[in-house]
Amino acid sequence: MAEIPDHLLKRAQEARERQADGDETTPAITEEKSESKIPDHLLERTVAAKDREPVATATAQVASSAPLPPTGSGPGGNTQRLLTVVKSGSIQDVKLKPVDKVHVWPHLLIVEFVAALAITAFATIFSIFVNAPLLELANFNQTPNPSKAPWYFLGLQELLTMFHPMVAGVTIPGLALFLLILAPYIDKNPSNKPEDRKFAISLMTIHLMFWGVLVMIGSFFRGPGFNFIFPWAEGLFFEL
Amino acid sequence: MPKQSIGEKLNDISEQMKSSQAWGSIFRPGSIFRKGYSDSPRNRSYVVMNSLIYHLHPVKVKRHAVKVSYTLCLGGLSFFLFILLTVTGIFLMFFYRPTAAQAWDDIYTLQTSVTFGLLVRNMHRWAAHLMVLTVFLHMARVFYHGAYKAPREFNWVIGVILLTLTLLLSFTGYLLPWDQLALWAVTVGTNMMGYTPVFGDQVRFVLLGGVEIGTDTLLRWYVLHVLMLPFVAVIFMAIHFWRVRKDGGISGPL
Ligand code: HEM
Repeated sequence: MAEIPDHLLKRAQEARERQADGDETTPAITEEKSESKIPDHLLERTVAAKDREPVATATAQVASSAPLPPTGSGPGGNTQRLLTVVKSGSIQDVKLKPVDKVHVWPHLLIVEFVAALAITAFATIFSIFVNAPLLELANFNQTPNPSKAPWYFLGLQELLTMFHPMVAGVTIPGLALFLLILAPYIDKNPSNKPEDRKFAISLMTIHLMFWGVLVMIGSFFRGPGFNFIFPWAEGLFFEL
Repeated sequence: MPKQSIGEKLNDISEQMKSSQAWGSIFRPGSIFRKGYSDSPRNRSYVVMNSLIYHLHPVKVKRHAVKVSYTLCLGGLSFFLFILLTVTGIFLMFFYRPTAAQAWDDIYTLQTSVTFGLLVRNMHRWAAHLMVLTVFLHMARVFYHGAYKAPREFNWVIGVILLTLTLLLSFTGYLLPWDQLALWAVTVGTNMMGYTPVFGDQVRFVLLGGVEIGTDTLLRWYVLHVLMLPFVAVIFMAIHFWRVRKDGGISGPL
């Protein structure tokens, strides 16, 4: 149990005495409207308290207003009022380094707005000039040669030419996805500086290149029978 | 009564409108649509704080985070493309029936006799391909910035889920025109999934709604494409954006 220091006890005692005779002098709440935001009766009480004790402390003032419960009669029926604003630095040791920040409006929202407009404009203009493919009605009896998956799966289809379908279609992509999910838990290096992450960056680049190259080959270098071709010699066999 | 200029009259009307109950009920106290906007730090904060934007953005962000050269806006672009796809997709839904007998005809009619039909279908398709690309590039940029490291590990995991969902959305949409391209691309794709160890045949059966691609597959993929996958994607995007803020905003600077 913490001891209450003597000087505080004494101050509280003084406040109680003062409040005992202060009560009679508390003016009734008047309906009068005043310019100031602070209600008249509170102002008067403060003045009175100052007269009685020149070195009135904050504690004394708060204590002296205690017997009069907050009357919920502020301008908007408020039950609270602002007593004081205490700057955080004056009462606590602020360890956070100040960060250089900017307002989201306008700095970020304008960038986002422009980006949204740009991508919409791009999609619209591109769509005016380039039509989406619509081939003949689906026909189960006529397999196109070559048959290709959508471009983002062509890397997998490319693997099919090298491995057993179970390895190419399930094991390798499954493993890749699994490792991708685990990446943050495998890579324990806390730094995000490129010079500290040479291994991680190389590994990822090789991985991305691997898929990129496979997708390119599958898209552009595979012709009838999914045989290797050169697009400039035999043409494109690629639909989006 | 002195004659009012048009400007004054308009001013009066707008004042009246702004003090009406209806206006006050639409715009919350503090909204710039109530009290007008003049450029000041306080008003800049109010723009965000007293509007829906507060659900997406804090009032302030780190200075380097608004540099386009850091994020390349790739996550944002993925999100805009998703919105664009939703809008154009709803338009397409008015003209499309997911049965083997009607699907191709509906698309054909859409292109030839619906106003803006061809344009909107083109936009939907190109935006879909573009979104796969931006999501992929977004992932690459996040990796190269090391932005998946603590405390953002889990947001990366959510990101991988979003990548998968994006691919699935694109792939399910691929079948819907029911043309030769759709049928055979999906045949190749689902044959691959049929090689799942042990449960291969079951996986294929569930995906196709039968042993062969057919009208049941079309219905199944349609529901996945227009309802279930977007629904799930929106939920994960919400978590994704929320986590970006809770994990302390954008990572970096490098
Ligand atoms: C539908 C797909 C996605 C959408 C709409 C999306 C959206 C966003 C947005 C708007 C941001 C804010 C920063 C920025 O624009 O770069 C962000 C950050 C992030 N995203 Fe995504 N994202 C998606 C997919 C992914 C994927 C596939 C991954 C990773 C596998 C990922 C991982 C992250 C991470 C870790 C952050 C925090 C980055 C940082 O703090 O620098 N997201 N995402």
